[in-house]
Amino acid sequence: MLIAVTSLTLIAGCLGLILGFAARRFHVEPPETVSEIEAMLPGSQCGQCGFPGCGGAAAALAEGSAPVTLCPPGGPALARALAEKLGVAADLGAMAEHEPTIATVREEICIGCTKCFKECPTDAIQGAMKQIHSVMKEACTGCGKCADICPTEAVSLVPLPTTLGNWRWRAPACA
Amino acid sequence: MGFRDLMDEVKLRWGVHPAGHKALTSECAIECMPLPERLTLPLAQHIGAPARPVVTPGQRVLRGQLLAEAVGAVSSPVHAPSSGRIVDIGDYPVAHPSGLTAAAIVLKPDGLDEAVDFADCDDPHGLEPAEIARRVAAGGVVGLGGATFPAAVKLGLGRRNPVQTLLLNGGECEPYLTCDDRTMRERPEAVIDGARLMARALGAEAIVIGIERNKPAAMVAMQSAAAAHPEISVRGLPARYPMGSEKQLVHFLTAVEVPAGGLSAEVGVVVHNVGTAAEISRVLRTGEPLTHRAVTVSGAAIARPTNLRVAIGTAVSAVIAHCGGVRRDVARYVMGGPMMGMLLPGTEVPVVKGSSGVLALVADEAGGGEASPCIRCTRCAGVCPIGLLPFEMAARIRAGKSEAAVDIGLKDCIGCGSCAYTCPAKIPLSHYFSFAKGSLAAAERARLKNESIGKLTAARSARLEREAQEKAEAAARRKAEREAAKRDAARAVAAEAAAGRPQDSQVSA
Amino acid sequence: MTAPQHSPHAHDGGSVGRVMAQVMLALTPVTLWGFYLFGWPAIWMWLITVGSAMLFELACLRLGGGGRATLGDGSAALAGWLLALTLPPWSPWWIAVIGSFVAICIAKHAYGGLGQNPFNPAMVARVALLISFPLEMTQWVAPAPMFSGLGPDPVAALERLLFSTPIPDALTSATLLGQVKAEASRGVDLLASLPALGAGVSDGVGHHAGSLGETGSWLILGGGLFLVYRGVIGWLVPVALVTGLAVPAAIAHAIDPAHHLSALHQVFAGAALLGAVFIATDPVSSPASAVGKLIYGLAIGFLTWVIRSFAGFPEGLAFAVLLMNACVPIIDRFTRPRIYGHGATAGRGA
Repeated sequence: MLIAVTSLTLIAGCLGLILGFAARRFHVEPPETVSEIEAMLPGSQCGQCGFPGCGGAAAALAEGSAPVTLCPPGGPALARALAEKLGVAADLGAMAEHEPTIATVREEICIGCTKCFKECPTDAIQGAMKQIHSVMKEACTGCGKCADICPTEAVSLVPLPTTLGNWRWRAPACA
Repeated sequence: MGFRDLMDEVKLRWGVHPAGHKALTSECAIECMPLPERLTLPLAQHIGAPARPVVTPGQRVLRGQLLAEAVGAVSSPVHAPSSGRIVDIGDYPVAHPSGLTAAAIVLKPDGLDEAVDFADCDDPHGLEPAEIARRVAAGGVVGLGGATFPAAVKLGLGRRNPVQTLLLNGGECEPYLTCDDRTMRERPEAVIDGARLMARALGAEAIVIGIERNKPAAMVAMQSAAAAHPEISVRGLPARYPMGSEKQLVHFLTAVEVPAGGLSAEVGVVVHNVGTAAEISRVLRTGEPLTHRAVTVSGAAIARPTNLRVAIGTAVSAVIAHCGGVRRDVARYVMGGPMMGMLLPGTEVPVVKGSSGVLALVADEAGGGEASPCIRCTRCAGVCPIGLLPFEMAARIRAGKSEAAVDIGLKDCIGCGSCAYTCPAKIPLSHYFSFAKGSLAAAERARLKNESIGKLTAARSARLEREAQEKAEAAARRKAEREAAKRDAARAVAAEAAAGRPQDSQVSA
Repeated sequence: MTAPQHSPHAHDGGSVGRVMAQVMLALTPVTLWGFYLFGWPAIWMWLITVGSAMLFELACLRLGGGGRATLGDGSAALAGWLLALTLPPWSPWWIAVIGSFVAICIAKHAYGGLGQNPFNPAMVARVALLISFPLEMTQWVAPAPMFSGLGPDPVAALERLLFSTPIPDALTSATLLGQVKAEASRGVDLLASLPALGAGVSDGVGHHAGSLGETGSWLILGGGLFLVYRGVIGWLVPVALVTGLAVPAAIAHAIDPAHHLSALHQVFAGAALLGAVFIATDPVSSPASAVGKLIYGLAIGFLTWVIRSFAGFPEGLAFAVLLMNACVPIIDRFTRPRIYGHGATAGRGA
């Protein structure tokens, strides 16, 4: 009886010590999640996610109150990276439906007010006072801020045109 | 079947034996097709940056004149196949399954076929290696086997890696196609000459020409043409698909594998197509750039299947009309071979530098049909020349996990289509792989764009900050100036006052 | 506009239906031989098994929305056919129907239908029947060839099948493996019992008790050769399975002939050959790579021998197949073929 009690106590004690030691020795500081996530986001503060800028979105992501697919400019690639980072499953179904868009300026009604130019978070719109503005395709995130602010509704979002450069095979329909 | 064939059959554990259909055209000598009414010359007929036009609509050009120049390191120029007038430079349908248009120069030949003065060269073997590569680049030669990689770029590989062996690919393992076979039989000297020039440019000592054993006449022609050159050996290849794939050819002929994601030049081997060799010989000797190519026109629906020498830019419809049109219902028009060729959205697309074949296939030939569930028969894995498990990759892609497919080798897939060809369930395996490769590429593009957006945003905030600072500085400066001016004014007033006192005194005096 | 078709624009013309049809063709001789040996009850039992398997397939497809019509490709009929060949030839109708239900509805469609089942449907059904109805599943009959007058006529046979009338004692028999187990449990060793039992088993013709399709060994081998020749199955799994069974059997027999059957008896008795040629080669539930197939075949053979020799059941093939089916994912995981350009032989100096 005594032997049993002693041995078990000893075993428990030893294991406890080992566990305690391991907890100290292999302690990992919790990562600076919010700032790291913010670094992953595009950082254009476009607000398409509905949060006040990328910082707000990062905070929401870190506490799990926002889906990883919240960022349209980031696209599925970012969603997947975020899902991996946060260790959650990414449901890209909703993402796939989001067609990438791009801003275009209808030159006949643009008055050259430069409002869109000033609003654009990525400096994707070129132009100057009293000149017709044009959009640089590579830099536009399709955030739509320019379209919201344009006084003559000359700026609108259109689906990104398909070219031989970005065309790709769709998934096979059958089976 | 000879003993060597039997040994190869036992040794090689991959590949398929599709019905060849080569007898349709293998005895048809390459005939010259007359010029069509219009030539549509796309600016991107090669892998790399599209060429930049150097002519304007309305301009008259001569045969061999440069129409669009190469842009950047990997690019290729476009030349006029005949004399005539530039009608337009704009977007026209091209040979691509999407049916999209691409930038092209439209030339209306005037029938005079006047040529520019070509700088011919009697002894191209005396040229410096770099000069050979330069002339090949200037001649607009690309890989004519269908890959359309600028030939000169591949000739420059010898500068970065020591290349011992030039492999000449006479496999032509795609069914139907016989234009390489005919080129080897009709112009064996040109092929050998081009091969020797390429070997010189590369610094390669040995030339190995691989020809599938289903082309005995080409084999004999090449052997006799190569007899005078001890550095050239002509080797028989087992007739199986995809023997003509670069990786398979290198492994079969040199017993060395090309490292994954690498170039064959890394193991001292460069592969060129026999048609490219013949063209390089012509370009260097006559100075005429690449403006025509041999095309096999075949398929059960073609009234008179044959081999043609076609001006690049000729519409597929004109080529088919020259061959008597179609005599049966066409299920698919294909450019290239049936295994890897492209479905054509229509026949109003031009023949380009990479068009080895124009096929009009009837439904029986084209395969297809409803796909049924995979029964894991693993035939696809058995025929895969790379050793992949196509059924498992397709299952993962279908489940939306393209990354998981990459883990088991998606990026090593050469897209040969052997798996889909042999699948009893008719699962479009190659389609799944193209789809997944496309989405991965799109994701990569998105990631790059995201990164650049981050940079742009940072640049913008830096700009705003700088502007604010400049504004503040300007304001401060103005303020300082104002204050200085005020001070000056005050001082002036004071000075005036000081000066005025004697005046005052004067006045008062 | 319809989606563009991807290359290849050619196909070798094969189909799942053709694969199944060739397997059925290979099964035909041994099945007909089974019909001859065991008479009309066996024919009715086969018909009921195959027919009910197809009905269950149809029902499951309907239930699942009827999207994919795999009824026409013959996979269900083949599963029923294989199950029938592994049943005692005079089994009552409800054994056949329950077996088909388990095979099609549970082992196949509950996992997602054709190509998705981790376990061989016929073997799942056979094991489920063996465990649930041990008595009926060991009611073996001695061969009562057609036209010999020993077996019942068609009507009597159907009556027997439908009303499960007991088999006359004169016709009941035991399989070699069953009898060996029974004798061994009574303490009679093989040297004493075998001469009375073993005759007729190792000649491969099939004049001995057994399930419908397992006794005509030479016909099974012939069917297997046909399938290998046509490229429907590989030779690796059958050869590995027989090797895995025969080698330990030969060693054990050499050491202790009183308690272990010879390799020849092990291979020709029971379902070993039927399993090696038609069951273990089922592509859906076997590994993908050559090495995997080798491991799979050897392990099934070895496990069969272990179960036959040391476990409570006289025959162990079905259990061995199911055990190895469960191992297929892990075998597949560790036996992926080497990809070109990766690993040691890539690059210079290979």
